Amino acid sequence: MLKDITLGQYYPVKSFVHDLDPRVKIILTIAFIVAVFLGSSLWAMIPITAFILLSAKAANLPVKLLLKGIKPLRIILIFTFLLNLFFSAGETVLLQVWKIRVTQEGLMLAIRFSMRLVFLVTGASLLTLTTQPVVLTDGLERLMSPLARIGFPAHELAMMMSIALRFIPTLLEEADKIMKAQMARGADFESGNLLQRARAMVPLLVPLFVSAFRRAGDLAMAMEARCYHGGEGRTRLRVLKITHKDYVACAAVAALIVICVIIG
Amino acid sequence: MEEAILQAKNVSYAYEEGEGLAISDINLSFRRGEMTAILGHNGSGKSTLAKLLNGLYIPTAGTVTVCGMDTALDDNTWEIRKKAGMVFQNPDNQLVASIVRDDVAFGLENIGVPTEEMPARIEAALRAVGMLDFIDRAPHMLSGGQKQRIAIAGILAMQPQALILDEATAMLDPKGREEVFSIVEKLNREQGITVVWITHFMEEAARCGRVVVMDGGHIVMDGEPQEVFTRAEDMRRMRLDVPPMVALGDLLRSRGMKISRDAMDIDSMAREVLKWL
Amino acid sequence: MAITIEHLYHVYQQGSPFQSDALEDIDFTIENGDLLALIGHTGSGKSTLAQHLNGLLKPTSGRVLVDGQNINAKEADRKALRQRVGLLFQYAEYQLFEETVYKDIAFGPKNQGLTGKELDHRVRRAFARVHLPQEVLEKSPFELSGGQMRRVALAGVVAMEPEVLVLDEPIAGLDPKGRDELMEVISDLHRGGVTIVLISHNMDDVARIATRVAVLDKGRLAMLGTPREIFSRGDELEAMGLDVPQTVQLCRKLRAGGVDMPDCLTNEEVCAAILAARGRTAHA
Repeated sequence: MLKDITLGQYYPVKSFVHDLDPRVKIILTIAFIVAVFLGSSLWAMIPITAFILLSAKAANLPVKLLLKGIKPLRIILIFTFLLNLFFSAGETVLLQVWKIRVTQEGLMLAIRFSMRLVFLVTGASLLTLTTQPVVLTDGLERLMSPLARIGFPAHELAMMMSIALRFIPTLLEEADKIMKAQMARGADFESGNLLQRARAMVPLLVPLFVSAFRRAGDLAMAMEARCYHGGEGRTRLRVLKITHKDYVACAAVAALIVICVIIG
Repeated sequence: MEEAILQAKNVSYAYEEGEGLAISDINLSFRRGEMTAILGHNGSGKSTLAKLLNGLYIPTAGTVTVCGMDTALDDNTWEIRKKAGMVFQNPDNQLVASIVRDDVAFGLENIGVPTEEMPARIEAALRAVGMLDFIDRAPHMLSGGQKQRIAIAGILAMQPQALILDEATAMLDPKGREEVFSIVEKLNREQGITVVWITHFMEEAARCGRVVVMDGGHIVMDGEPQEVFTRAEDMRRMRLDVPPMVALGDLLRSRGMKISRDAMDIDSMAREVLKWL
Repeated sequence: MAITIEHLYHVYQQGSPFQSDALEDIDFTIENGDLLALIGHTGSGKSTLAQHLNGLLKPTSGRVLVDGQNINAKEADRKALRQRVGLLFQYAEYQLFEETVYKDIAFGPKNQGLTGKELDHRVRRAFARVHLPQEVLEKSPFELSGGQMRRVALAGVVAMEPEVLVLDEPIAGLDPKGRDELMEVISDLHRGGVTIVLISHNMDDVARIATRVAVLDKGRLAMLGTPREIFSRGDELEAMGLDVPQTVQLCRKLRAGGVDMPDCLTNEEVCAAILAARGRTAHA
């Protein structure tokens, strides 16, 4: 269930990681992903795991919360693991039942791939758990802003993201209301085959779109009335400043990359 | 009290060329510090007038000036919208950001206020509408009345001369309506902000210093509430109401009681009845 | 047809994005022919209760009985029972979706399985009950004014010919003309034999047309009675953040000023009471 999208997964505590500049955090998250791919051996998992645990400590996050991010992926994880376990080519047979065999190479591969997935998800969770969506949007906008010179709509994209954050809960609530109103008129959203169900959505989708367009029109008018005229000449409420903490974080991630490269 | 903050001279407006006029040949001015209610049923042109008053629409004929600046000139647009802020009907459709603080900052960012100045202006604006405690909340978790107060704060932060509210209380419950109205009343009284209050609620109009009634794109009445609501028959013909106490006063007078026409709310009506008894 | 609500509890679902207000031990009967006004502060649970009346929400515990049959029981023909109770949501014009007003009104009866002549009759009969000009029937609902759209939405519910009609703040956001027209339609429906549950914030309307009033406060049924009984308890209502009709407010002020006045619900009553008070002072 979607609880409160404006906070997203944000875990509101004070910490070293929370204080980092969102731009730095975004870049470091990407760098971390690179490190995960560079460290392809099983040995590399040790420093990576250590890094995640240390980061969680520095972010004042319970490890349980980080692991919660993996839960929705458990089916994919199991699938990845089994697929690699049973269908990789290998010499050293560990176990054979009828035609299915598990090789040592397959086991290694299965562990590596599924751990990689776990690392990627926890890395991304570290970012979203310690950064408010609004701040993240701000960071993204500023990272993309050099691209604006070649015509990339950096400001517009960021504005769209923040408006989406604002309106998703409103529209969800509205969808729920319209659905109930049509159910009160005898609409049936649950039974029937795929085609019937798709057609049953029309009484929900048409009003929802009409309303979304009306809201968009109203909002555009209200934004104009509040002097909105694009990204040009805009000042910002939030100042992003690189501090010594950011350098420390960068050094830590750089160290991780170096270690991963050495271990291979 | 003499200076006109908002002024419309011979203003007409048509949504599309060749179509009927939504506003036809209106002359109207709002002086500094005035609080004016605009009444009229849907389609009478009052919303169109509101959007003409801060340059969201440009008159088809005639001129609208805000603090002396012509809304038809492109160079004036942003200065005009800074001076004449606008609050709309639907509380959900005018807040931009997913955190109150960022929403109030939106206008300031647009007009290029330096970052250092923002926090103080945001806090002052939120304090003025009694919402400072909600600065870190998400708008969709607030009540309708609270959202409208945030919208007002977003305008106040830009330090406007005039506030135009287009049916800002239409979608609120009685408590929310009272919250929003009394805050605007206070801003008018204490900060001298010129207010144009468009509404369907006659009790709110009775509390404004001046009432303008629109019908079919024209101004049909303009005066103090007492004068306007005296013409109860005209009001009913335009499918508008009079405040409940005005209707009661009419009935009591028709039965021979001496009740002043100034009694438009419960307190003054009670005083009048006690006097007559 | 009567709806009996028996010890109804509804517990707010933690973690759900759509907050619904809790209900606690609601227990009363909506009698056949009632025009019951349901009043209460925003968040008091009025809308939640309304959605229980036709089974859109299920009670956490307790029962809702339509003519003695539980609308949430497994064996009962729930769909048929629920259709005997129509529900018009707040800002119902936003649920319109068809190309023409006619088709939109037909949506409900069609879902009931009606076709052909019978369907056509239903649509036309319902349309006639909301007092709209004939040419509107073939128009797109999106071309209409807000007040007209609201009445089309009402016709869409009326077309299912419910015996009880639950209206959630039907006049919210309308202009005075739209408000008057809609209140007129509601009175007509009631006169035509439909039992009505009206959720409203407008105490003057409630005083004028309700036969009974139910007051919800923090999810509990705080009061139930005739408008006169309810509005004579002004202090309690104010403590719940509710208004009393303006005429009652005036009577209270006059009593505070030493005049012997009952709580009047209409201007005529106020007038008569003042004249009576004058008569007494003249005789004294």
